[in-house]
Amino acid sequence: MKSQSRRDFFKMLGLGGATLLASSVPAMANEKKWVNDEALGMLYDATMCVGCKACMATCKRVNGDYGSLSYERASFDPDGLWDAPQDLSGSTRTLIKLCKESDSRWSYVKYSCMHCQKPSCVSVCPVSAMTKDKVTGVVDYNKDTCIGCRYCQVACSFTIPKFQWEKTLPQIVKCDLCKNTNLREKGITACAEVCPVGAITFGKRKDLLAIAHERLQDNPGRYIHHVYGEHELGGTNHLYLSALAFDKLGLPTLPDNAPAEFSEKIQHTIYKGFVAPVALYSALCFIALKNQKEQEKNGHKEDGE
Amino acid sequence: MAGHHDEFVRLEGKIFTKSFFVLLTLVIIGFYYIGVRYVKGIGAVSNMSDGYPWGIWIAYDVATGTAIACGGYAMAILIYIRNHWKFHPLIRSALLTSLFGYCLAGFSVMVDLGRYWNSYEFFMPARWQINSAMFEVALCVMAYSTVLIIEFLPAVLWSLENSRGETLRKVSAWLHPRLVPDEAKLASGLEWVRAAAAWLRPRLDKVLVFFIVLGITLPTMHQSSLGSLLLIAATKLNPLWHTGFLPLLFLINCIYIGYAIVIMESIISSYAFKREIEYNELAGLSRIIPWLTVIWLSVRVGDLAYRGQIGNALKLDFYSCFFLLEFCLVAGGSMILFNRRMRRSPRWLFVTATMIILGGALYRFNVYLIGFNPGQGWHYFPAFPEVMITAGVIALEILGYQVLVKVFPVLPNPNKHAASGHAQKPAGLPPGAVPQGK
Repeated sequence: MKSQSRRDFFKMLGLGGATLLASSVPAMANEKKWVNDEALGMLYDATMCVGCKACMATCKRVNGDYGSLSYERASFDPDGLWDAPQDLSGSTRTLIKLCKESDSRWSYVKYSCMHCQKPSCVSVCPVSAMTKDKVTGVVDYNKDTCIGCRYCQVACSFTIPKFQWEKTLPQIVKCDLCKNTNLREKGITACAEVCPVGAITFGKRKDLLAIAHERLQDNPGRYIHHVYGEHELGGTNHLYLSALAFDKLGLPTLPDNAPAEFSEKIQHTIYKGFVAPVALYSALCFIALKNQKEQEKNGHKEDGE
Repeated sequence: MAGHHDEFVRLEGKIFTKSFFVLLTLVIIGFYYIGVRYVKGIGAVSNMSDGYPWGIWIAYDVATGTAIACGGYAMAILIYIRNHWKFHPLIRSALLTSLFGYCLAGFSVMVDLGRYWNSYEFFMPARWQINSAMFEVALCVMAYSTVLIIEFLPAVLWSLENSRGETLRKVSAWLHPRLVPDEAKLASGLEWVRAAAAWLRPRLDKVLVFFIVLGITLPTMHQSSLGSLLLIAATKLNPLWHTGFLPLLFLINCIYIGYAIVIMESIISSYAFKREIEYNELAGLSRIIPWLTVIWLSVRVGDLAYRGQIGNALKLDFYSCFFLLEFCLVAGGSMILFNRRMRRSPRWLFVTATMIILGGALYRFNVYLIGFNPGQGWHYFPAFPEVMITAGVIALEILGYQVLVKVFPVLPNPNKHAASGHAQKPAGLPPGAVPQGK
């Protein structure tokens, strides 16, 4: 009963003041030791986006050489005069899509790496080609280390890392928050810099969360009352606000715990200090040697069926 | 392996048979497409996509192929750990299959890796990422393949010791008459090889048991880690398969597949090479399988019940059907094997072994491909060249087995076997039966 009343108390707090809620939620998230609200991220407000795709064009222009991105052809444009990506791919790091719920209700959505707080891709990469910067929180990819096993693609719940299937010497392509290009030169991601309507806000996660909750509070009718990415998979640095349900925008409904936590816990339990394998080997050696000696003494033992 | 070299015999017979050429054709087609893959990229030969980044090369060649190659592992546990030495005659053929299975799985990985030229990174301690199950699998599989080669070495050394260099002479004569080495040179060369092999063999025999135990530890590690690989896909793998018990389920799964494959392989080679079936050994082996599968099925069902997934398992939708198929194959095969009479019939042994291998392999396919759903809009069915590459690898495996049993002493010696196996003599040390290789 006590816990029930405490939950009610929190509910009351939430209803009473969104500012209080906004500050209490990150505090709860902070209980997870790996959540870093100082990390860099972006807030995409789908209700502000006008679908001009300036972010897409700028992203490819700025990062094209760095990720060996090429232009994608539409079926009616064999000469490749016009870049026409259909989806995120080995040549496209960010993409604007139109999602129609009905003829009168629709929304744009921007896809790119979510820069998870506890990224699955970093957890599974066998050769540390995927890394997460401790300070900026940027999930970065190093093609000089990558062996192309594509485990990051299997692991990512958002299916963000893309592989260059058509290339002889392929690599993984995903958003790195312009780490080596625009962010280094101008301190802001190219897409956020170029957006003409301010649908993409660039900044620290804690500031973005504050802005998001402020918007939710100021215009409760305009949005679904949820900041996508605040808690999903333990939190992401790329956050979303939307008027349409998030799963309609192609953003999967996800649990609050990070899959990497679950898998690492099991793997670490089995291989803690490498004790179990060594113990297994020694025990088996002991048994096998004993059995072999016995066998050599007796010749072939008839141990019957 | 400890030096009982008359336990095994080399199979007499022609190497270039009809099946040799059929398999060779498959191998050549497969390698043609592998060539295409290296020139034009993976997308040119496969239907893999960003949603399904792992296709049949991983699901079959690596995840399932290595389980099928677990015969050597399962037999080593039985003989060296559980002390059932009567199964020793079966171990070399099991080891040979394991050797092929693992080496070719490694080869398939090199075909599958997009940036294969970077794979040396696995040997760079600075790059090691111990959170990754893939890292563990990769190192263990490489180490185990090496161990398998060492375990198979005694058979090679025996052949070197007993070779007369005739093949060498014939091959060089066929290449060019001038390449034929003169008698004296050949004799001295052969003498040297023979002496080296004779020197190495007893020394290897002494330390071999340490490698054999390593050959038990490593598969225990990486077979369970093959299950751990999919732990991360919590949001993509269907709850019928995604569970924290994946490592345990994969481990038990590979052991019963291992025994089943030894039975199947032994029956097939008895028919194909017209040798007597090793009834006693096979009946004994088949008795172990149902106990393992019962444990496996209990964990499987218990886990589903605990997570409240039984309803989903019986819903008869796409996923449920594949679950039920996998379940029925394994459970059905085990039920039959509980019957003592069935275990004595080669036909039923073959049928049940096949059922259990299919069911166990389907489980791995379900985890890696069929139960894997990356979200709307993604579909995967292997492309023709992709299938041919896998078929080529399988053909190479069978081809290699066929050839090597005729080159090295691998198969159980039927004479020896008749003496100790069928007559059921409480053999102490049958005279002349076990000349130690020391």
